[in-house]
Amino acid sequence: MTSALEPGETFDVWSDLVGQDRAVETLQRAVIDPAAMTHAWLITGPPGSGRSNAAQAFAAALQCEEGGCGHCHECRSVLAGTHPDVTTLRTDKVTIYIDDVRELVQVAGRTTVSGRWRIIIVEDADRMLERTTNVLLKAIEEPPAHTVWILCAPSVMDVLITIRSRCRAVSLQVPDPQAVAKLLIRRDQADPTRAIEAAYAAQSHVGRARWLATDATAAIRRTEMLGAVLGINSVVDAMRVAGELVETAKTETDNLAADFEAKERAELLTSLGAQDLTTFPPAIRSQIKQLEEDQKRRRRRRQLDVIDQLLTDLAGLYRDVMTRQIGAEVALVNQGLEDEIALCAQQTTATVTLGILERIAQARQRVAANVTPQLALEALLVGIAEPGGVDNVVGA
Amino acid sequence: MAASKQQVVPWDQVELEPVLLVQGPESLLADRAVQRVRTLAEQRFPSVERSSVDASIYQAGELSVLTSPSLFAEPRLIVIDQVQSCSDAFISDAIAYLDALEQEVFVVLVHRGGVRGKKLLDALRSAGHTKVACDALKRDADKTAFVSAEFKRASRRATADAVQMLVQSVGSDLRELAAACSQLISDTTGMIDVTDVERYYGGRVEVTAFKVADLAIAGQSAQAAVALRHALATGSDPVPLVAAIAAKLRTMAKVASHRGSAPAAAKDLGLAPWQVERARKDLRHWSPTGLAQAVTLVAAADADVKGAARDPIFAVERAVLKIARIASSPPR
Ligand SMILES: [Zn+2]
Repeated sequence: MTSALEPGETFDVWSDLVGQDRAVETLQRAVIDPAAMTHAWLITGPPGSGRSNAAQAFAAALQCEEGGCGHCHECRSVLAGTHPDVTTLRTDKVTIYIDDVRELVQVAGRTTVSGRWRIIIVEDADRMLERTTNVLLKAIEEPPAHTVWILCAPSVMDVLITIRSRCRAVSLQVPDPQAVAKLLIRRDQADPTRAIEAAYAAQSHVGRARWLATDATAAIRRTEMLGAVLGINSVVDAMRVAGELVETAKTETDNLAADFEAKERAELLTSLGAQDLTTFPPAIRSQIKQLEEDQKRRRRRRQLDVIDQLLTDLAGLYRDVMTRQIGAEVALVNQGLEDEIALCAQQTTATVTLGILERIAQARQRVAANVTPQLALEALLVGIAEPGGVDNVVGA
Repeated sequence: MAASKQQVVPWDQVELEPVLLVQGPESLLADRAVQRVRTLAEQRFPSVERSSVDASIYQAGELSVLTSPSLFAEPRLIVIDQVQSCSDAFISDAIAYLDALEQEVFVVLVHRGGVRGKKLLDALRSAGHTKVACDALKRDADKTAFVSAEFKRASRRATADAVQMLVQSVGSDLRELAAACSQLISDTTGMIDVTDVERYYGGRVEVTAFKVADLAIAGQSAQAAVALRHALATGSDPVPLVAAIAAKLRTMAKVASHRGSAPAAAKDLGLAPWQVERARKDLRHWSPTGLAQAVTLVAAADADVKGAARDPIFAVERAVLKIARIASSPPR
């Protein structure tokens, strides 16, 4: 990781956790003070607040001789994901498989190779079925003295009570956009103006803000998509825009996936010792097929994530419209669309906007519940085109 | 290098050439192109030596080993697949080979879509090597043309209705569509008509689903309810039923946005002409508000059949009846 440090500024494993002073303090104390340490942690926070970064920083600080200096071998290998005593379970799947957790429990029981602790990080601990949770429960209840579990989830409520009652909870906040912008400028050398705009547009989601600040086409595409929704002038138009948004989401996913998947395939073949073969024996062919299926599933999940992100952006957009309608003195999320937002605010009322915000929330729920994304978007956008026309249509 | 213009041909017109690019995501077409080249090569050179390479795991120098002349040189056909995932070593070796082609060596590069290897694709184009286009067949009109060509190649004829029905029934997957064509070709005689298609593929969920959707959108509540019950009783899944209605509404919205003639609309919107005519007829019963209401209902029904409702069957029934009612009340 490169970082442009200003004179006098220090850089350690905690530096990237912007606006999380309270959580960092709790974790730092646990590193220094055995009385403040425990064997199971639950780190919660909204998407993009840096849950997995916090878990990783904590793991590095626990292994480091100096409590997370950021540059010793221990720190760097934990942050790079190569430390032999730190195991991370992350998933692109909708649920974590029970076998994955069983394996983790086994790993948790092993002695350490080089570090001071054996650390298991479970990202997305909310994606566990109850049966799977039970496997984990036993391990967390009576861990070996050197083992630390760090679970991550969006909120405490997303994790079964049996688990959360056995963990110490650390919650991350939505960081201040200004703090996010500062990080982007320091760490990613982002242009200051774009960093601020991106931090607001991403509603403080650090990863997304970085993407918007460093990839000009992404920021433009986002503004165009939101502008298209504000420009909807009829039901027919709404249907067209819905189709285009889904198409864009698909293209975005495909472009991101193609290179990565090709690399993955080559790596698999190398690991199977099949890189020199021109035709594959059945055993290898079935592994390739398995990989291809995983990749397809992952693409679908990413596509849903992109749609969900779009809906989050739309919610931010209509909150901006609402801000103008009620005359609140708050900075707009979408600073690049100020005029369009002002116009939309004039043309409708706060009641209508509130209805749209409810529909956006409903569309997100529907997409999460497997409703065809295009259909969920169509229903949302025709509701924006004809707010009065679709009220009370559904229902007995 | 003799710079000539790159020819683009469909898979069934490809000829044996020193270097061929087979490009596009429709794997059925790509596979057929490769198969045709293979057959042509074997016809012309019965002793042809065949080899295949996976470009994603290509190692530097492999290509020159395969292409370099040997003492008892037989003609060689080298099929290089997965060029879209190729290694950098492959790109430079392949570009180098373009400048030093070997006699009686035929190289087929299969690039299954995406933007990777652009440098190589550009080099192939500027050197004027023929490309076989294997673009995805997304539009119904393209699929209809595909089916017609399948029948024509077998010297068979089919009615327009039959072709359309086949596309609607099994058109979501080109391989399946091709398989359906070859089954109809082998199992029927004479003109292939709707009855033939219905006998083989009429039991398919989609056909029934589209029938229910057609009736609901035409405002024929009673018939729609009967067709729906029949479909559900014969084991149709409610999910494709909902999808069929959504697809029809989408088509109507598209057609409503186009002011041109029916053939022009079909061409611009990627629909079959009969779909445009049908949608225009349907639209006479529909106002924009009605369309918005129907879309709202269908989205709710989709959520219902995917787990939100305790009784998904009832949820679909209610949506179908409400949509039929909107259609049968005069547009405002
Ligand atoms: Zn350190």
